[in-house]
Amino acid sequence: MANTPEENVGENVEESISLKDPYWAAFLAWLIPGLGHLYQGRTAKAVLYFVCIMSTFSYGLYLGSDSEYGWGRVVYASWRPGDKRLYFLSQIGVGLPAMPALVQAIGARNGKAPFGEFMAPPRIQRSEDDLGGRPSVHQLHRRMARYFELGTIYTTVAGLLNILAIFDALAGPIVVPGKEEEEESDKGEGTKDESGANQ
Amino acid sequence: MMNSQLLSALETVDLWYALPLIVAVSLVYSATRHEETGAIMIQSLRTGIWIICFMTVIFLILMVIAWLL
Repeated sequence: MANTPEENVGENVEESISLKDPYWAAFLAWLIPGLGHLYQGRTAKAVLYFVCIMSTFSYGLYLGSDSEYGWGRVVYASWRPGDKRLYFLSQIGVGLPAMPALVQAIGARNGKAPFGEFMAPPRIQRSEDDLGGRPSVHQLHRRMARYFELGTIYTTVAGLLNILAIFDALAGPIVVPGKEEEEESDKGEGTKDESGANQ
Repeated sequence: MMNSQLLSALETVDLWYALPLIVAVSLVYSATRHEETGAIMIQSLRTGIWIICFMTVIFLILMVIAWLL
């Protein structure tokens, strides 16, 4: 039974690119952008992913920083009533670089801040939490104005882009140039009916 | 009023913040579709142009709507 074109492409990808252990590669790709591809020996793509994703994330962190309130205020984890930070679900896509936000969120419950103000969750307005002199969400918005939104968008997009990179590490690229031509020449040796079925 | 606000966005530096994002998105998206560097670059150029055209069309639609209201 002849394979469908989609199945043939999938087989070609696996034959032409050594994905090694795809699940381990996907985990590494999540941990540090490009690390999974480096593990698979796809160095050029590893560099491309690392540079594009990390520069986007870093620039977002820079935009969301303030001399008074500290660095990286746009990346924080919060699931408290009145401040559910849904953006963090995408920002965590970059893996380890966004992890300090989780540590800070856990620390904030106990009134601790292992990384100081870096990625620390803001105080909720009129709340009685243990975040002491930390700025509120409203103060962050007032102080940073549009840069808070810009930084949030940059870091969110970086996380989403890394999810694409994780799928690339897991299953390889969608299209492999040159392989289709090889497939055509291979099919040319078969019957006309088979070659027609795979076009 | 709304039209002038939209056009003023062109005069300020705000729209330039989209440029690094367009570059990063088009490069990463293209890299998920191809393996060879040359093919990735060509595809990313196409994707980048497509994104800019798409944003321009949306901008013009918003301008027309603002002008009609």
